[in-house]
Amino acid sequence: MPKLTIDGMKVEVESGTSILQAAKQLGIEIPHFCYHDRLSVSANCRMCLVEIEGGPPKPVASCAVECGDNMIVKTNSEMVQKARKGVMEMMLINHPIDCPVCDQGGECDLQDQAVGYGFDRSRFNEKKRKVQDKELGPLIKTVMTRCINCTRCLRFLEEIAGTPVLGQLNRGEDAEIGTFVDEFIKTELSGNLVDICPVGALTSKPYAFKARSWELKKVETIDVHNAMGCNIRADVRGREVMRILPRLHEDVNEEWIDDKTRFSYDGLNKGRLDRPYIRNEDTGKLVETGWEEAFAYIKKKLKNIKGDQIAGLVGDLVDVESIVALKDFLSGFDSPNMDCRTDGAKFDPSNRSGYLFNSTISGIDEADAIFLIGTNPRQEAALINARIRRNVLERRIPIVLIGEPVDLTYSYTHAGSSLDDFLKLAKNYAKKNNVKKPMIIVGSGVFECSDGEAVHHALCNAAKDMGAIQKNWNGFNILHRAASRVGALDVGFVPEKGGRDFSGIIDGTKDGSIKVLYLLGADEFDARASIGWKTFVIYQGHHGDYGASRADVILPGVAYTEKDGLYVNMEGRPQKARQASSLPGDAREDWKILRALSESFKTSLPYNTRIQLQERIVEEWPHLGDIDVIQPAKWCVSGKKKKVSKASFVNPVKNFYMTNAICRASETMQKCSEAFNCSDKECLEAA
Amino acid sequence: MTFDHVLRSFLLTEIVKGFLLTLKYMFFVPRVTINYPNEKGYISPRFRGEHALRRYPNGEERCIACKMCEAICPAMAITIEAEQMDDGSRRTTRYDIDLTKCIYCGLCQEACPVDAIVEGPNFEYATETREELLYNKAKLLENGDRWEAQIAANLVADAPYR
Repeated sequence: MPKLTIDGMKVEVESGTSILQAAKQLGIEIPHFCYHDRLSVSANCRMCLVEIEGGPPKPVASCAVECGDNMIVKTNSEMVQKARKGVMEMMLINHPIDCPVCDQGGECDLQDQAVGYGFDRSRFNEKKRKVQDKELGPLIKTVMTRCINCTRCLRFLEEIAGTPVLGQLNRGEDAEIGTFVDEFIKTELSGNLVDICPVGALTSKPYAFKARSWELKKVETIDVHNAMGCNIRADVRGREVMRILPRLHEDVNEEWIDDKTRFSYDGLNKGRLDRPYIRNEDTGKLVETGWEEAFAYIKKKLKNIKGDQIAGLVGDLVDVESIVALKDFLSGFDSPNMDCRTDGAKFDPSNRSGYLFNSTISGIDEADAIFLIGTNPRQEAALINARIRRNVLERRIPIVLIGEPVDLTYSYTHAGSSLDDFLKLAKNYAKKNNVKKPMIIVGSGVFECSDGEAVHHALCNAAKDMGAIQKNWNGFNILHRAASRVGALDVGFVPEKGGRDFSGIIDGTKDGSIKVLYLLGADEFDARASIGWKTFVIYQGHHGDYGASRADVILPGVAYTEKDGLYVNMEGRPQKARQASSLPGDAREDWKILRALSESFKTSLPYNTRIQLQERIVEEWPHLGDIDVIQPAKWCVSGKKKKVSKASFVNPVKNFYMTNAICRASETMQKCSEAFNCSDKECLEAA
Repeated sequence: MTFDHVLRSFLLTEIVKGFLLTLKYMFFVPRVTINYPNEKGYISPRFRGEHALRRYPNGEERCIACKMCEAICPAMAITIEAEQMDDGSRRTTRYDIDLTKCIYCGLCQEACPVDAIVEGPNFEYATETREELLYNKAKLLENGDRWEAQIAANLVADAPYR
């Protein structure tokens, strides 16, 4: 543990810490461009120069020099100031200084540091360098002349994303960042390049020239495009979300988010349901109407409905409050028919440990062997894949994939594609291979078959056999895809005793035993094709997608940026989303709609404000009251023992960019889907 | 009451003095009032009048939608929306100034990096309705086209002092 003095302050740091990190611990800011906490050190920008007393007679790059015992460092001496001014002048020689037209303007590292170390005129009278812009796809806009060659983007793609397509070409003044062959950056994490670029060389294409950072209202909220519950910041102007940025949360998303989270926001303004509709019984067309008329129509249709004739389904993007409101609404009819697993998964929801990501996301950093079963984490939760990749690179842990072989950006062993292959491998795996903390990540798609509960049982037993269940380590994890899923399972939005599950409800609509179906944002299955035509369908949601296309009455709800809500991520971590923008048209918050509708029936819901509803939730499920705290679940084997089929696992996500109603409405996601989902051969032909 | 005082009031010297002053201004001193609107007073090149958006000599809009004017405007009278044009350039799709909010401080033209928004020499734009004072981009560009010669001359005249 070296002890050193920085600017007269003494500090003791762990060995291996760089001077820049040590200074940061003391609260001293050393200006830098190329250094990034989560990337390797390249020390090429030379902005972080400091003076070491008694050391070399020249300034040294603090990001690359390890702290030594009794070192005396000066970060603000005359030598340092002079050196930094020199570096800044060099940097500005070739920088176009087109800040007024640059999207980075106002939040640019170079701009900020030029205020401190720049000079207001240039001594450079020669011609400035011009670099040709690169075409990197529909998400990243490049203005390569602005590039200061810090190589953060190269290091990010190589170390975090695992798709090293960018590189530094040529040398000296001709050095430039580019792709070796013309190609797009095919990774789900490409949007993070925009954040890590310290200048305006890589900016967001959909956001190009739309707004300035200082005119946006910043709201800290939670993402719903996957089940990780990424912490995001929605930047809003007026009632429009202008962009989505990540927020730091070390245990969930660190400081990254995937492209779907970042760029699908334009879908929030397209294809929205902003007023109630009723389907005309004669023409079969949806007709605009008012709230009262819609409620009256529902009341008429729900007359004399018995409990087992009404059912409710909850979609992927719904918050816990709304789910509880729908559950209470259905309980008013004594209906046991409800399900949140609209993908058709049939796991056993009775034990919390059976459906959680028990090891937690940060637990990936502790695991020393990971089994991926029937999942492609790159598509189902890209940041979990990035975390696994980091551990593969740093600690060389073995990864075993059972299921469809896919490109995960790191090397793994493909050990078969069916459950049997895994069961054979799992027997005493930990003992045999001297593994202390094995981890099993089961894709939720594995249970999307008729014998899902038996598969669940077999997997739980295998986890136990393998040694993944220990006193302080639960290595059994289910990788969910829907943000609402764990919340819905926690509040028990699953068939009650004698109730029907998702497939039972769908079958019921066909044979006429389910007369009324309430879809709360359920857009994940083709409602038009699967729901029988005799059933009266009420759709409540925010986009005119699959659910609305089959609805007899549409009640306009709100999307995730327009409401306060509670979401529980796949680890069981409750997080609060905040309202960023106002509601479109006549749309109302989902729980309020259910509360108002319930007044038409005999039991109106017993809460009038969100706080009362939250109190009702915390009272019954106290663990949902502890925001950002995971209540570990007690392990017990879930599922039913039965014979399981030998079918191979199929990955459920076919198109990463089109997984929910917001993405499908988004033009950017449409473009991404066209640009990135073709094979390399197709790309070559197109180019 | 002194003798001097009595004499002055008796001889009406003050009245005579007054009449003399009047006579002097009637015939011997050059006149200071002007016959507005047929005549107009001198206006400094720095005069801050009605706003205008300028163009380059080739007709291209100067404004690049950097939003510095919007940010600096103390009365928050400016509203800008921007987009990428087909040629990749950064341009405004909306540039509104609410002249009823504007306090004519001139900070917008100080902030403008391309001399696009200027407060021109025109001060005669009184309107009958309030709505006419909510200027949009078309109106501002039209002002720019109309006053360009004088605005350019003013900028040249003021350049040595900047």
